[in-house]
Amino acid sequence: MEIFLTYLKVFAVGGAFCLVGQILINTTKITSARILVGYLLGGVLLETVGVFKYIRNFAKAGATVPIIGFGSSLAKGAIEGTLENGLLGAVTGGIEAVSAGIAAVIFIAFIVGLLAKSKTK
Amino acid sequence: MNAPNEKYLELVHGKMPKSKHIATMFRAFWTGGTICAIGQAFTDLYSSLPYDLPEDDVSALTTITLILITAILTGFGVYDKIGAYAGAGSIVPITGFANSVVSSAIEHKREGVVLGLCANMFSVAGPVIVFGISSSIVVGIIVLIFKGAFI
Repeated sequence: MEIFLTYLKVFAVGGAFCLVGQILINTTKITSARILVGYLLGGVLLETVGVFKYIRNFAKAGATVPIIGFGSSLAKGAIEGTLENGLLGAVTGGIEAVSAGIAAVIFIAFIVGLLAKSKTK
Repeated sequence: MNAPNEKYLELVHGKMPKSKHIATMFRAFWTGGTICAIGQAFTDLYSSLPYDLPEDDVSALTTITLILITAILTGFGVYDKIGAYAGAGSIVPITGFANSVVSSAIEHKREGVVLGLCANMFSVAGPVIVFGISSSIVVGIIVLIFKGAFI
């Protein structure tokens, strides 16, 4: 029962983030790249002011899988890095926290790009 | 003849986008929620492994898994079909970020590997990286300035 409730929260919160994105697409002429950037900056802001950890505790993957979680990881890494290593930590902390994701995206996209057939228009 | 026409158009304009909005919103909600639930399933799977992985490693592994699945689906052209149905439900999760990188890579492949695939890989996702890293450094510097207040 508890696991069902967890997944319900994940589903509802993750879905709600996407729903808001869809409302933005429907009502404004906003492109997907801008939506990604908007959510990312939202995540950075929420993490910096200390609100995001409550959302993360409540919704788990519902908060971390949307791109807003990527922003929060960046901000969290930057804050932790700064507290540990000062200015150098401020520069490296953010990207260090998301390095696994970025490295994986680059490598996997490179391999898949090489293997996949490009659609001829 | 014009008067009822205008009225009719008004009615159509009032009704059509709204029902379309609700359908797209519903699709975005359930597909986005499902992607997050799949992410949670991988998180649970990796934390139940007998290696005692720390929380950060589990979330990194989950992210990599979702990116890998998305890349494969994008390579076979499946993710684009999901995207056509799901709208923001396929854009907002991290899978949308991965999809934008992989599909740009595939799209520009015919311009060559170096100048096409590699150079254009981040043509959509680049702003995310630029804004993400820049804002994280700004946050770091703010924390550095107000260090006393944050601890």
